Amino acid sequence: MLYLIEQCLNGIQLGMLLFLLAAGLTLIFGIMDLVNLAHGSLYMLGAYFAATFATVTDSFLAGIGLALLATLVAGMVLEVIAIRPLYGRDHLDHVLGTFGLLLFFNELVRLIWGPAGLTLSLPPEMLTAVQVLPGVYYPLYRLVIILATLAVALLLYALVMRTRIGMLIRAGAWNREMAGALGVNIKLLYTLVFGLGAALAGFAGMMQAPLSFVQIGMGENILILAFVVIIIGGIGSIRGAFVAAIIVGIIDTIGRAFLPDLLRHFVSYSAGSSAGPALSSMLIYTLMAAVLVFRPEGLFPAAQR
Amino acid sequence: MSVRLNARNAFVAGVIAILALVPLYAAASGNTFVMSLFTRIVILAVAAVSLNLIMGFGGMVSFGHAAYLGIGGYAVGILAKEGMNSGLLQWPLAVAASGLFALTVGALSLRTRGVYFIMITLAFAQMIYYVAIGLDRYGGDDGMTIYKRSQFGPLIDLSNKTAFYYLCLALLLAAIYLVWRLVHSRFGMVIQGSRSNERRMQAIGFPTYRYKLLCFVFAGMLCGLAGALLANHTDFISPALMHWTRSGDLIVMAVLGGMGTVFGPVIGALALLVLEEALSGITEYWQIILGPLFLLVVLFARGGIDGLLAGINRG
Repeated sequence: MLYLIEQCLNGIQLGMLLFLLAAGLTLIFGIMDLVNLAHGSLYMLGAYFAATFATVTDSFLAGIGLALLATLVAGMVLEVIAIRPLYGRDHLDHVLGTFGLLLFFNELVRLIWGPAGLTLSLPPEMLTAVQVLPGVYYPLYRLVIILATLAVALLLYALVMRTRIGMLIRAGAWNREMAGALGVNIKLLYTLVFGLGAALAGFAGMMQAPLSFVQIGMGENILILAFVVIIIGGIGSIRGAFVAAIIVGIIDTIGRAFLPDLLRHFVSYSAGSSAGPALSSMLIYTLMAAVLVFRPEGLFPAAQR
Repeated sequence: MSVRLNARNAFVAGVIAILALVPLYAAASGNTFVMSLFTRIVILAVAAVSLNLIMGFGGMVSFGHAAYLGIGGYAVGILAKEGMNSGLLQWPLAVAASGLFALTVGALSLRTRGVYFIMITLAFAQMIYYVAIGLDRYGGDDGMTIYKRSQFGPLIDLSNKTAFYYLCLALLLAAIYLVWRLVHSRFGMVIQGSRSNERRMQAIGFPTYRYKLLCFVFAGMLCGLAGALLANHTDFISPALMHWTRSGDLIVMAVLGGMGTVFGPVIGALALLVLEEALSGITEYWQIILGPLFLLVVLFARGGIDGLLAGINRG
């Protein structure tokens, strides 16, 4: 039971990271109609920036702050140089162009930081575990991730729904020509939105960094999970991304933790051990297939945004 | 149909001639690397031709095409590991398994369109990738060596590199011919029609979903065959065979050569792999050049190499 609670929390934590990635993707898709494969590269860049700045300033928080700023700027520069010419083109062009960018970023990181990868170590006070329920201890840092990303999600909601910038973003998503005709600087708006998406992805990368290794290509597999999230949630819907991210995070984590054991009860031990990991990695894709059969537009179609 | 002599056709004929003469050059110069590189080019060209059928002609941008390379490869590898080495068993099974997977993926993903389709095909390919990683008996993450190539008895000996190369080349030419016939048939017209205006095709009375699904399955089977060839070429299978960046490579090949032309993907495969070799000879960090190059192709040479040739022709 304790293990189950712990795994649920791990699932929520993974879900929150997925949400950060998916929110940026879905925002960029919803507003600019752009498929961005290089989104995972920004996740990676965020982690590399954080590891570097944390070493230079010798402070975890300062590292995170500077890295956020750096990914925001990197995203905006990327948008101006390479992404802007892709707007209004075929989705295949987006896929190809951003695929090229992804290769470029992987190689650039290898050139600058070397192939070995980095580590981002936590401040000692983060390394403790806290009692979340009587008798249930959970690592403080993972709890911090959940709370921090929840705060970001709320901020994002407030930004999009309650501020003037958010109003312009929504207007731009609704009808870009009309918004432009009414005097909104669409180009600048797009650059801002792309930068925002980049910062969200980078934030996810730097949150994940202390739990694993900062390495080349770290953003690629999680990017595809984020795709699954926005397919389930409905492309263009931030609310859908949030719900789907948590569902995917929990199912994936719980599946990996329990399915192999469960299988061993029903079939032979060896069959359970060998088929378990393969089957549990299929779970979320099966969920995606089911959503596609019953609700091809996702759980929260973007029209309700 | 008469074939006119123009820059494009002359180029195609030249490429075929080069492909046919590679083993002679390799034998004369003793350069075995060229042989290995071109076998790889020819095999991946088969995969790119199959992708081009659904992407270039059918407008279905599949970002999971490497999954079929993997399924075809694993069919050969798994059977070889279990002691069944007959190619007459392995290859049909590779094709059938790929077709079955394509049927499942296609039936689900063709319910959607546009960017959904791209992401869903990508996600399903990633699923198969993780399944392969989970297969501990067949090497898991590390992959596994295939100790014996597919056996065809007295028909052909695949361990003879020249014979294997010509078999691959013959299959490539057969695939191109088949796709060419398909594209110019009534079936192909329906597929192309639903790329440009699906609703109108439905209004005329064509069940476009079924046509597209059939096309999708056929492409998957063809790519599965390429996977079986690839496993025989490298004597090795691993999940990396179907890593999603490889699906990206296949898309690049199809676009680079010129989408919507039957022969384009062959030129694309040739161009991409030769370019990779050339760039990696210049610098260790060659992808830093290759990546932006893709972006430039997208922005400025949308018709690919074939488009450039057609441009020469128009003068």
